Amino acid sequence: MADNTKSGVSRRDLLKRAGMAGAAMTIPLTPVGGGDAAAAPPAAIVEAVAQTPRREAIENLTAAEADLLEAICARIIPTDASGPGAREARAAHFIDRALGGALASSKPAYTAGFAAFDRYCRSSRGKPFLELSDRDQDSVLIDVETGAATGFQGSSAAFFGMVRTHTLQGTFGDPFYGGNANFVGWDLIGYPGVRTNVSADDQRLGVKLTPNHKSAYDTEMFTKATASLTTNAEKTHGH
Amino acid sequence: MATKLKATDVVVIGLGAAGGVAVLPLAQAGLDVVGLEAGTWLTRRDFAPDEIRNNVRDWPQSVQKAQQEVPTHRVNAKAATTRAGSHPMMNAVGGTTLHYWAQSWRLNPWDFKVVSETTKRYGASRLPKGSTVEDWPFGLEELEAYYDKIEYEMGVSGQAGNVKGTIDPRGNIFEGPRSRPYPMPPLRSTGFIDLMAAAARGLGWHPFAGPASINSRTYNGRSACMYHGFCNKGGCHVDAKNGPHLTTIPRAQETGRLKVVTRATVTSIDTDDQGRVTGVTYVTDGQEFIQPAKVVLLGSYTYENSRLLLLSKSKAFPNGLSNNHGQVGRHYFSHAQGAGVTALFPFDINAWYGLPAQGVAVDNFADDNYDHGALDYVGGGNLWVMSDRRPIAAASMGTFGRTPTWGKEWKRFVMENADRTNTAYIQKTTLPYESNFLDLDPTVKDPLGFPVCRITADYQDNERKITAHTQDKMTEWYKAAGATATQANPLGTMGPTTHAYGGTRMGRNAETNVVNEWGFSHEVPNLGVLGASVMGTSGARNPTLTVQALAWRTAEYLAKNWKSVTV
Repeated sequence: MADNTKSGVSRRDLLKRAGMAGAAMTIPLTPVGGGDAAAAPPAAIVEAVAQTPRREAIENLTAAEADLLEAICARIIPTDASGPGAREARAAHFIDRALGGALASSKPAYTAGFAAFDRYCRSSRGKPFLELSDRDQDSVLIDVETGAATGFQGSSAAFFGMVRTHTLQGTFGDPFYGGNANFVGWDLIGYPGVRTNVSADDQRLGVKLTPNHKSAYDTEMFTKATASLTTNAEKTHGH
Repeated sequence: MATKLKATDVVVIGLGAAGGVAVLPLAQAGLDVVGLEAGTWLTRRDFAPDEIRNNVRDWPQSVQKAQQEVPTHRVNAKAATTRAGSHPMMNAVGGTTLHYWAQSWRLNPWDFKVVSETTKRYGASRLPKGSTVEDWPFGLEELEAYYDKIEYEMGVSGQAGNVKGTIDPRGNIFEGPRSRPYPMPPLRSTGFIDLMAAAARGLGWHPFAGPASINSRTYNGRSACMYHGFCNKGGCHVDAKNGPHLTTIPRAQETGRLKVVTRATVTSIDTDDQGRVTGVTYVTDGQEFIQPAKVVLLGSYTYENSRLLLLSKSKAFPNGLSNNHGQVGRHYFSHAQGAGVTALFPFDINAWYGLPAQGVAVDNFADDNYDHGALDYVGGGNLWVMSDRRPIAAASMGTFGRTPTWGKEWKRFVMENADRTNTAYIQKTTLPYESNFLDLDPTVKDPLGFPVCRITADYQDNERKITAHTQDKMTEWYKAAGATATQANPLGTMGPTTHAYGGTRMGRNAETNVVNEWGFSHEVPNLGVLGASVMGTSGARNPTLTVQALAWRTAEYLAKNWKSVTV
């Protein structure tokens, strides 16, 4: 991932990584209640941590909103026997980060949408979304998707459409933006990765290229994206 | 207080596909030219293969002028006005040629003579009711030399189908005669494109590789295409996609006659009491400048060309510059860019790489290439199958009604089929109508406080009939190649698009056209207009090569007739 390359690490990247390290430290690597902090943790715990999707420091959402988003993303592209999903891709992290930049104009829609979503869940199912079974979570999401869920500003379908679009971007977009972690999204659909030169043989029928797990920004020639902090909706009010 | 700058011979507004070409013949003729561009220079380092930045977020690395001026749209004068979230064009030296598909078609002979040819073959009553279409003031034979000029100056790859009347079945057998072949062979094919070409031949059609302003081999010291898959709204990391920023503009700068001014937003074209243009006013970083000039060439995009004229009011032109006949904004039309066909194949088609200009065309159902005798419309569409896929777009594919759009079943469907779909683009004839036009929006303004452009337009019966016919043909083609499912995509509306025409139409009649056959205003002798806004028909072709050929022709005319234009 571009964030981890040694060269061209920006101050923002460093801050981001510091944040990620902070989040990782909330996982109890060392036994609670003393002991030598420098001692290596038991192998079983290391293994368990490696299997657990790492939750990054939250940049723009509240903790409750981040948990809810995480759970919604995980139903849109579920983790199942066919492979990892949006949770492993860290789609929610992609969205949380973007809400402070390129998607800043969507922040109010997310805030209002989460509140309405939570209210609808509690009033129609008697429980918060995170406490529902997968099946019940899906039934809530169908209500929201079809516009049947009440209490939203406008149609709940607009909120669902927005979250779905951004979940797909976070799962299948370049890992540079904080999603598609470990290229799980690209592996899911068989995209063989960013290449800067493709041969005629690479484009024949029946050819199956080996995924190269490269981000656009693993190629050093490219200036890193600096997402515009203002969006169309905001800019049009400039006068 | 505006700063008045030193006068120059010619000011060119916009250094995109049109203005970026016009500067070269002017500079080569020894004229001093100031090129005003709202955007900046961008280089290959800015062109990362990044779907989020290129396709999702509208190029945040560029100046966002167009994004602040998104035109509004309504389907007719009584309908509600809506506004799209983004503008499909961009601002930079080279303009949208930085990220366009680079398909570089010539118009066919019929496109210049829609009225007379239709009348001759089917009778005048065949022309759609309400259409304001006219024959062009000249035919293909007049523009051929300029097409040829651009194909070689810029660099276009392709397979000729008609050299001086000799038909070559490897190319488009329906194209008009050309004086010589393309300077480069066509872009290479792919396994899937070969399969589609064979299926078309099996149907008795004439498939061929389309022309592209992209290097299929090293050309003028620049690299050949790398087929890396991010050409669709992406810049080229090896400068193999040809635009004025790589060709005509640097060559004009080498003469020492062209001054490029970036980050310049032109706010008005200024006139004197005699109704002649005196120069332009522009703003950069909040500072206002007046650039006096003997001639102004307006080479912005179609929407901005009409808008800037309508905003430039004066005593001599109370309704906007060059608009005393009320023709600015009229005869607007745009290609029906929706209404493609999507197919599903029972095998991977390996289309993860390539580019939208790498493909196979069928022209049998375009223009008047087939007999419309038993039909009740004119024109047609060019069928285009290409190798273009990126991961977010692939995962966002439709499911042909087979699964929901999220969840477990959906995930399995996308995992299996992400590389099994293909969407064809169909370039269709669209005509101008009395009811379709551009003007200024009464309420929505840009950040400087000027009204944005308003589009009032809807497709008419003729366009809808072409759509139905060409989608049927495309479906037939996909099925012949083994597709197990197909879906005809909706036509959509006539909101802001990359293929927008008219508003300053070219023609000899000053009552119905803004500019004359050379691209100069009927009302303002030292004002020229460049771009698809001067085109009266679109054909079934991408506009850029014609825009560039016309821009060269107008600039060359100006250089050769400098005295009479500037008297």
